Amino acid sequence: MRPLEITSLTKTFYTPTGPQTVVRDFNTKIQPGEIVALLGHSGCGKSTVLSIIAGLQDATAGGVVIDGREIDGPGLERAMVFQSPSLLPSLTALDNVLLAVDQAHPKNRRKQNRERAQKYLRLVGIEEYGSQRPAELSQGTQQRVAIARAFAMEPRFLLLDEPFGALDSITRCELQDLLVDLCAAKPRTVILVTHDVDEALLLSDRIILMTDGPEARVGREIDVALPRPRSRTAVMDTPAYFAMRNEILEFLESHSKQFQH
Amino acid sequence: MMNSLRNFALSLVGITLVIGLWAMASAFWSADLPSPMKTWEESKLYIMQPLEKRGEMDQGIGLLAAYSLVRVAKGFLLGILFGAPLGLLLGASQLLSKMFDPVIQVLRPISPLAWLPLGLVLFRQSEPAALFTIAICSMWPTVINTMHGVRAIPQDYINVAKVLRLSPWKRFTKVLLPSTLPYMFTGFRLSLGIAWLVIVASEMLTGTPGVGGFLWQEYNSLIYSHILLCILTIGVVGFTLDRMMAFVENKLRTA
Ligand SMILES: Nc1ncnc2c1ncn2[C@@H]1O[C@H](COP(=O)(O)OP(=O)(O)OP(=O)(O)O)[C@@H](O)[C@H]1O
Ligand SMILES: [Mg+2]
Repeated sequence: MRPLEITSLTKTFYTPTGPQTVVRDFNTKIQPGEIVALLGHSGCGKSTVLSIIAGLQDATAGGVVIDGREIDGPGLERAMVFQSPSLLPSLTALDNVLLAVDQAHPKNRRKQNRERAQKYLRLVGIEEYGSQRPAELSQGTQQRVAIARAFAMEPRFLLLDEPFGALDSITRCELQDLLVDLCAAKPRTVILVTHDVDEALLLSDRIILMTDGPEARVGREIDVALPRPRSRTAVMDTPAYFAMRNEILEFLESHSKQFQH
Repeated sequence: MMNSLRNFALSLVGITLVIGLWAMASAFWSADLPSPMKTWEESKLYIMQPLEKRGEMDQGIGLLAAYSLVRVAKGFLLGILFGAPLGLLLGASQLLSKMFDPVIQVLRPISPLAWLPLGLVLFRQSEPAALFTIAICSMWPTVINTMHGVRAIPQDYINVAKVLRLSPWKRFTKVLLPSTLPYMFTGFRLSLGIAWLVIVASEMLTGTPGVGGFLWQEYNSLIYSHILLCILTIGVVGFTLDRMMAFVENKLRTA
């Protein structure tokens, strides 16, 4: 399988106050099975890049190539977890997952897809909430459903936009561990947008640091050569972890407008 | 509990006051206005035997109200049958809504008294003309609320529909309809209110049996107490309809 290639990706928004080039000449290649974290300051354009990869927005110039073909819209081989749970409110938790499974695997028998949806709810630890509507569930539980929905599609690419951003720290840790487990169980290509340095180091094989917008691009790439399986506590004890952490923080500081003199 | 008892007592006081004013008006101001007592005496038969049929117009108030309700139901259903899809279309398409917004703004304030003759010209019979009038007058709140409902669908759900590549039908049933339904129902409630307002005008002009038709006939026969009977009936029925719709609407919002 060939890598996912992002070449000269540029996005300009035409706003009432004039054109705004948020991202310019963003380049990278993502290997099959790789977990990549996209890290940068708030508002630098991480979500914009991710939603272009998801096919929700068009690039102004450049583009995203999968298997030698430029994408032109969403595809079921790319599943996305949004920053907010974004569950359909009229469907139960299980039906939300099932809808995604049915879409991704329309040829399977209904029973088979149903079992798979149930399996993924079990994997994210909320099988007992399957018959509940999103409004009846806590934010953390809803986000688990959203993660189950994306994973249950068993897609080639998982696009995660700050999936744990809105959660309390305990739930966030639980879900991070869950993501580690799920990725270990079945390797797949993951692009994780975050502005949490520790989260990026815990989860990813490579961290792409974005420069500040406007005209953000790839500032630096860091290979996270920490052994797997990783546990939160074991990872923090390695010297390499702190070296990388410092490198990232230095980069972020030097690219932050507040800290520039 | 105490509160609702108090509210009930207060509304009784309000009703008594208005009946008092009515009695004063008939005693000191307009000799033609029947007093509350006289109205009751002359209307008793119609209220106590609500389902009695004595002649074409001379029927119990329950029957008359039922005729009107059936007519309103037909016109209202016709109205939302056109109004809801129209609202969905206008909400989904910027182009269409820009195209039709001025038309709607102009058609909306037109009185039923103006539509009815057009209905008679178009359909040549009083019943379809009445339904046409009710439908076209009452559909606008449904159109407009449905349109707003579609526009208010959160971008999150639209993105989910795109990422999951839902078919148009699934987009409609899983995303569009569930998020628009509460808005639509607000439209339905307002539409039903208007439909009930319009019934009197359309029955008056077409002379068909119903609360409005009876009201007009009794005016012509100089039995003024029955005008008041009809007015009160129209009010009570309209109020009940609104409460019922509000109940369903609330159910939908919390569901
Ligand atoms: N549809 C749009 N029209 C105009 N400007 C936009 C649009 N979407 C995003 N932007 C701008 O592009 C910039 C990048 O936005 P984006 O959401 O990609 O940032 P982000 O890195 O995801 O930020 P955060 O970490 O806060 O989520 C922001 O300045 C934002 O105001
Ligand atoms: Mg973002």
